[in-house]
Amino acid sequence: MIEIAHLTKTFRKFKALDDISLHFEPGQTISLLGPNGSGKTTLIKSILGLVIPEKGTIRINGNEVKDHWEYRSQIGYMPQIGRYPENMTIRQVIQMLKEIRKDCNRYDEELIQGFNIPAVHHKTMRSLSGGTRQKVSACLSFLFSPDILILDEPTAGLDPVSSELLKDKIAKERANGKLILITSHVLSDLDDITTHIVYLQDGKLMCFKTVEELKKSTGQEKLNKIVAAIMQKNYKQEYQLHENNN
Amino acid sequence: MKTIIKYVLLDLLKNKTILVYTLILAAITISVSGMGDNASKGLLSLLNITLLFVPIISILFSTIYFFNSVEFTELLLAQPIRRKTMLLAEYAGIAIALTIAYLLGVGVPVCIFYYNLAAVTLIISGLFLTLIFSALALLIFVLFKDKTKGIGAAIIIALFFILLFDGLLLAFIYSFGDYPIEKPLLGLISLNPVDLARILVLLQLDAAVMMGYSGALFKKFMGSPIGSIYTLICMLCWTIIPLITAARVFKKKDI
Repeated sequence: MIEIAHLTKTFRKFKALDDISLHFEPGQTISLLGPNGSGKTTLIKSILGLVIPEKGTIRINGNEVKDHWEYRSQIGYMPQIGRYPENMTIRQVIQMLKEIRKDCNRYDEELIQGFNIPAVHHKTMRSLSGGTRQKVSACLSFLFSPDILILDEPTAGLDPVSSELLKDKIAKERANGKLILITSHVLSDLDDITTHIVYLQDGKLMCFKTVEELKKSTGQEKLNKIVAAIMQKNYKQEYQLHENNN
Repeated sequence: MKTIIKYVLLDLLKNKTILVYTLILAAITISVSGMGDNASKGLLSLLNITLLFVPIISILFSTIYFFNSVEFTELLLAQPIRRKTMLLAEYAGIAIALTIAYLLGVGVPVCIFYYNLAAVTLIISGLFLTLIFSALALLIFVLFKDKTKGIGAAIIIALFFILLFDGLLLAFIYSFGDYPIEKPLLGLISLNPVDLARILVLLQLDAAVMMGYSGALFKKFMGSPIGSIYTLICMLCWTIIPLITAARVFKKKDI
């Protein structure tokens, strides 16, 4: 469904993505993990066509991202920080996206109801708290029932109840055979929903494996332990490399 | 495209800055118009106010608005929309809002107080200045990543066209005064939309007599229908070229 080949992106001298090749299929839930600044958001933005890669190609259902824009109708994107025109109300924002997406006439309003968004419909975006904005972003990404969901730190800033609600929704969409890409630093949130792990560090792909494989190779059950094991392994490698250089 | 324009407009019409801008323009226009009985003098003062306020407010406000809606742009670009469509729709929204503000603030009172060709020319040139300077703001937005630098650039560009350009022009005239420089001067003036607007209106006011020898030359060329059309085409270029450039640059920009 998503094919990424030799993707490279540099910002000035900083290599944000370094020769990344990945292949994602429907039904997978992929956790993008890595320390801050490891290139997770850049990777997501490249898939969305927001960041223009220098080298490499991204294909979605066989269409190259570079010269198409229609493919974005299949993607629901929840940004890390959702900011909207200040004077618009929540109702207007939702209405606007519905009007822009004329190709879709069946809306998935489960989250809108779940978060009880209609109760705050009249509020302007300016007056919303960070968590409520995050809820609006979540509602919008699921609204057009896309085949691919890209969620950048979805649970950051949400209260426990909303966070659980969102996780249930993600699990439900996963069961519907959708491809879900998710980044989060709260690893316990990802525990039950992840099928694959992509670990990035300094723009390099360190590992792309199924959770089962990783559980076997690291001997750990919990995601945070698994990730800790990967990180330690990488640090060890780096350390050894350093030693050898000296 | 229409949808985006509609919602940008809805957002902007509630914006307090636009409201204050309209009110200040209206207050100035009405007070200036009410002061003297000489229509020509009143229009001249209004021209000076338009030439000072419209460019700087248009470029500053648009630049700030574009930079503030970066995340909104991101949200829309994650939807199946062409980048060019999105950018031009946002420009159209802001240009329409500023145009409405100018029409309400200056256009309507001027039409009520003095209804003549000079007044119409003043309105047209004010509208063009609005379009041109918000187009320049769009160009600044796509060229700069940082909001502060963008606003700095906007101020410099506005001051350059309002103040500095005329200074340079004067220096040019002063140093080459002994040569026949009237024709190159006409060309140079096309490089400044504010000067174009000024001349377009001045020539309707018969104030060209006060501009000496070159004034006479301007009157001969710019005062003719061909001259007016030339001026309008120049201003149209000043609107379209920044827009096309901005769309081109935006195609390759990382959001």
